[in-house]
Amino acid sequence: MKAIRIFSRNIANAVKSIFRNFSLSIASIICTTITLVIVSLAIIFSANVNNFTHDIENTLTIIAFIDKTATEDDINSIRSKILAIKNVKGDELIYKDKETIKEETMKNTEESSSLYSIMESWTEETNPLESEFIISVKNVEDLGKTAETLKNIDKVSNVKYSEDVVDNMIPLFNVVEKVTIVIIIGLIVVTTFLICNTIKLTIFARKNEIEIMRLVGTSNFTIKLPFVIEGLFLGMIGSLIPILATIWGYIFAFDKLEGHLFTNYIRMITPIPFVFYTSIALLIIGSLVGMFGSYITVRKYLKI
Amino acid sequence: MKFIDIKNCYKVYKNGVTAIADLSLSIEKGEFVFVTGASGCGKSTLVKLLYREEKPTKGQVMVGGINVAKLYNSRVYKLRRKLGIVFQDFKLLPKLTVYENVAFGLENLGLKSNIIKSRVIKALDRVGLKEKTRSFPNELSGGEQQRVCIARAIVNEPKLLICDEPTGNLDPKTSKEIIKVINSINKDMGTTVVMVTHDKDIVNSMKKRVITLENGVLTSDSKKGGYTADESHKNI
Repeated sequence: MKAIRIFSRNIANAVKSIFRNFSLSIASIICTTITLVIVSLAIIFSANVNNFTHDIENTLTIIAFIDKTATEDDINSIRSKILAIKNVKGDELIYKDKETIKEETMKNTEESSSLYSIMESWTEETNPLESEFIISVKNVEDLGKTAETLKNIDKVSNVKYSEDVVDNMIPLFNVVEKVTIVIIIGLIVVTTFLICNTIKLTIFARKNEIEIMRLVGTSNFTIKLPFVIEGLFLGMIGSLIPILATIWGYIFAFDKLEGHLFTNYIRMITPIPFVFYTSIALLIIGSLVGMFGSYITVRKYLKI
Repeated sequence: MKFIDIKNCYKVYKNGVTAIADLSLSIEKGEFVFVTGASGCGKSTLVKLLYREEKPTKGQVMVGGINVAKLYNSRVYKLRRKLGIVFQDFKLLPKLTVYENVAFGLENLGLKSNIIKSRVIKALDRVGLKEKTRSFPNELSGGEQQRVCIARAIVNEPKLLICDEPTGNLDPKTSKEIIKVINSINKDMGTTVVMVTHDKDIVNSMKKRVITLENGVLTSDSKKGGYTADESHKNI
């Protein structure tokens, strides 16, 4: 009961203190708001780059063409050898024989075209196409290595994959993703530093209060508590505008851009529930940074 | 029964200044003691040792059974809860009302609101400020502010009341009123009082024990009262 009374009084005191030190509270809130808006933009950017990279990664496959002389047994042997490769997604392995490929190609070709009539004239014996395995991989970065392994399988005549995308785009996206994560962490550190400084001003203005608290026999924990709660409230209030801006701004941008950025290839993340997760992240960052900033600043005045 | 027991105490500051040198004295429970001496003689250091704002460099300082020298910073509050402290500059919080200033310490002890209210009203009644509970410190005179400070010091019914030049900023008439309040607390509540002062008239009129310090050394301990400090070299 005693602890509940102390806690509830401190909550009331923290609210009172925000209003009694109104100008400094506003300074802390604005500082939190500005930095969290930047953090929000960085999160949105990073998440969309990440999403786009995954989209591309999911479309990347290897095609292994099978030698025309391969028998049914050879194909089964190739299948089991492919499945034995660690990087291969076994449940997504597709086999297409040359007749299926011919039929699929004809479906996508105009009947009036010469290619259609040529293909139509092919019999199972004269069909020059090669049967193929379409292979999805677990780790796209090792796509090249997997392709090399596939080439060495007996009766595999050729192996094809999007070398350009794998060699250039994927490493680039990985770098972009890592850089944005570093930027987000950097921004959180900067926010903490800025909030600490603002709270330092607030606490410096109230060092008499802390001194008197110590003189009247208040324990260090009880002295810290209202400041930490105040920091929590300031952080939470400071994250309100960034949260609203994120929800409204992202949904607005998504609608305006029709879910695509620059080209149809770059799909944006669907707003719901993405904006809510981002909002929760902003609320948590704001609250924790406010609490942490208050805690480390008030410690300096406590001679602990 | 000894409430304060100081034995061979030294306090040397980091800059090499010796504020207290080989001080030994004891103060009984319920005693009223004046500490006098010229500026820089170690009076304030002595009271700071009592409420553990400073730690002795050497020797022993026992206050209410607590060894101040061995008290960790995180445990200081346990000592302070047994004490009431009154300062020359009041140290009131300007944004809190008289009631809130006095209730300040009690609220952090987790007491029930009705107990806090009755104690605060009782303390304010004792110092004659029951009618000013809703006023802010800047709406009060110097004497009234000092009385709020005394009410805050006694609200927790401390065993020891430490007064560091409580009348230093007040005119003679108001000073007498303040001393009267402190004296009544000593008599009625049995609170031990240690008061640092320069005021000859107050010391002489009270006929209480007077401890005089000079360069950190105890030069006189008069049980019969009377101002004995030589302030001819006092820095003004």
